[in-house]
Amino acid sequence: MTHLTILPILVPMLAGILLLLPPSGKNLKARRFTSLTMALVSLFVAGLLFNHSLTGEIAVYAIGNWQAPYGIVLVADIMASMLVLLTSFLALCCVIYSLGGDDEAGSFFHPLLHFLLLGVNGAFLTGDLFNLFVFFEVLLIASYALLMHSSDKQKTQAAIHYVVLNLIGSSIFLIALGIMYGVLGTLNIADMAHKIATLSGDDVALVKIGGLLLLVVFALKAAVIPLQFWLPATYSAALPVVAAMFAIMTKVGVYSIIRVYNTVFGEQAGELTQIDSTWLWPAALVTIAFGTLGVLAAKGFRQVIANLVVVSVGTLVAAVTFNSQHATGAALYYLIHSTLITAGLFLLAGLVAKQRGKVGDRLVPARPIANPMLLGSCFILLVLSVVGMPPLSGFVGKVWLLQASMAAELHTWFWPLYLVSSLLVLISMTRAGSQLFWRHSSKQAIEVKLSRWQISALLLVASCAPLLSLFAGVISDVTMEAAAQIHDVSTYSNAVLGKSMEGR
Amino acid sequence: MELLYACCVGVLVSCGIFLLLRARTFPVVLGLTMLSYAVNLFLFASGRLVVNQAAVLGYSTSYSDPLPQALVLTAIVIGFAMTAFVVILAIRGRADLGHDHVHMAFPKLKKGNK
Repeated sequence: MTHLTILPILVPMLAGILLLLPPSGKNLKARRFTSLTMALVSLFVAGLLFNHSLTGEIAVYAIGNWQAPYGIVLVADIMASMLVLLTSFLALCCVIYSLGGDDEAGSFFHPLLHFLLLGVNGAFLTGDLFNLFVFFEVLLIASYALLMHSSDKQKTQAAIHYVVLNLIGSSIFLIALGIMYGVLGTLNIADMAHKIATLSGDDVALVKIGGLLLLVVFALKAAVIPLQFWLPATYSAALPVVAAMFAIMTKVGVYSIIRVYNTVFGEQAGELTQIDSTWLWPAALVTIAFGTLGVLAAKGFRQVIANLVVVSVGTLVAAVTFNSQHATGAALYYLIHSTLITAGLFLLAGLVAKQRGKVGDRLVPARPIANPMLLGSCFILLVLSVVGMPPLSGFVGKVWLLQASMAAELHTWFWPLYLVSSLLVLISMTRAGSQLFWRHSSKQAIEVKLSRWQISALLLVASCAPLLSLFAGVISDVTMEAAAQIHDVSTYSNAVLGKSMEGR
Repeated sequence: MELLYACCVGVLVSCGIFLLLRARTFPVVLGLTMLSYAVNLFLFASGRLVVNQAAVLGYSTSYSDPLPQALVLTAIVIGFAMTAFVVILAIRGRADLGHDHVHMAFPKLKKGNK
């Protein structure tokens, strides 16, 4: 199984190609079958990789057998493989949901979804910063096209903003990489961590510039203030199933922040250690505040959820700046929870909007929903979880994060802000729920049959809320182990560079 | 040579940023292109500027760093694809929205106020 590490990248690529070729290219049934099968295979492969990484061994795969630091390596530690598993699961749910009819709304939905999966998996697994850039571009171009899926005017507008912003981001990413390469002479993450310790004089300042430029890019992807303004418009314009898949994309930015600033700018980096914290800590707090205000002000249910994504990013980034193993473990648990729950909410918003006719997901009284029991129960489950009420997954993550902030002695700022934000989110979710489910106009409910695919996808995601808290012990053990690996830079670079380190 | 090179990159970046701040999609696309040219030149220079040295290891005792050239090549390809996409998107936006303002909410707001 030496090639296991690269399979989560190869399988979606193969899927994307198969879906474009005959017979899947023309025939809708064949395309759906292939897409579903390949999504299952991706999930299976990701599960195998995760299972392998649980042994504690960091799997390193040198592409083309060109050894690090000269070749490109893929590195699967627990964090990376866990996120790959999460992404594959999310992709499977989105594929299942789309079988209910959303995939017919435009062309190439299935291939694009698999290409997006390819890009995200690659970004999680790569051990090389330039390769990270390449995978960012792969996932971005897939996301541009998915955003335009079944397009209308509103989408075109959101897409232009999103594309232009991300292209500027890519330019900044390349400038940062140029600076780093010019000084360090390498772009392999492990090798950079090794070389950064030997810098002196002006080189330190140059690397600092490069590192902070990288932070700008990652903050743009993760939607940290002041670079988050694109997110609510983009996510609320996208088709619900696409928005659900996008829930993982901000997490790619957060993952990159965790990876780069704990490894390259880890404790061995001298005065460059954790250069992100000074900037990220206040930014994270303001992001939480801004996201909460956005939730309160939103006029549509999807906008509410998009702003919830901003809140969750702020929370995650705050946890990252605590710089402790405990906090990183908490952040990883919260990351899994928030990705799945926001994705579930987006899927739910799609179904609710469908049953309310013309009004869609706008928070105004409209005709009653035809299946209030099913959708309402899912709504309660997901909302209680996202707000952080016991006994669901949000509560576990929240308490853990609050504890971690206590240990980092930053609780005087974090506690009041985070708790008030939760309260405000609860209030606005209550308002949204009563508008969507209880306040009707005099019109009759329209019979829009929900497809069983859509319902099963929604139930699959919604069931994660109780499951994540039921198995919180097991999952938190794994995330703590992952956090321990992240903070142990020397084991990481030994695994990647191996014997070539000993000669130096 | 270094001075000329640095000035080139600087002028391209400033032109790019100036054009990006225009409120219409066509100048913005041009600005993105300028910016990506500047980035490509900058990446190329990150391997240090040298003359009369072979690009490939093993053919010469002194060689220039081959990696930035590979990086630039990748960046050019990706930049090309992205520019193509954004041009198409801009044309689509022009057709869908009837104007090419980047800040598209502006004309809409006016309509709403009537």
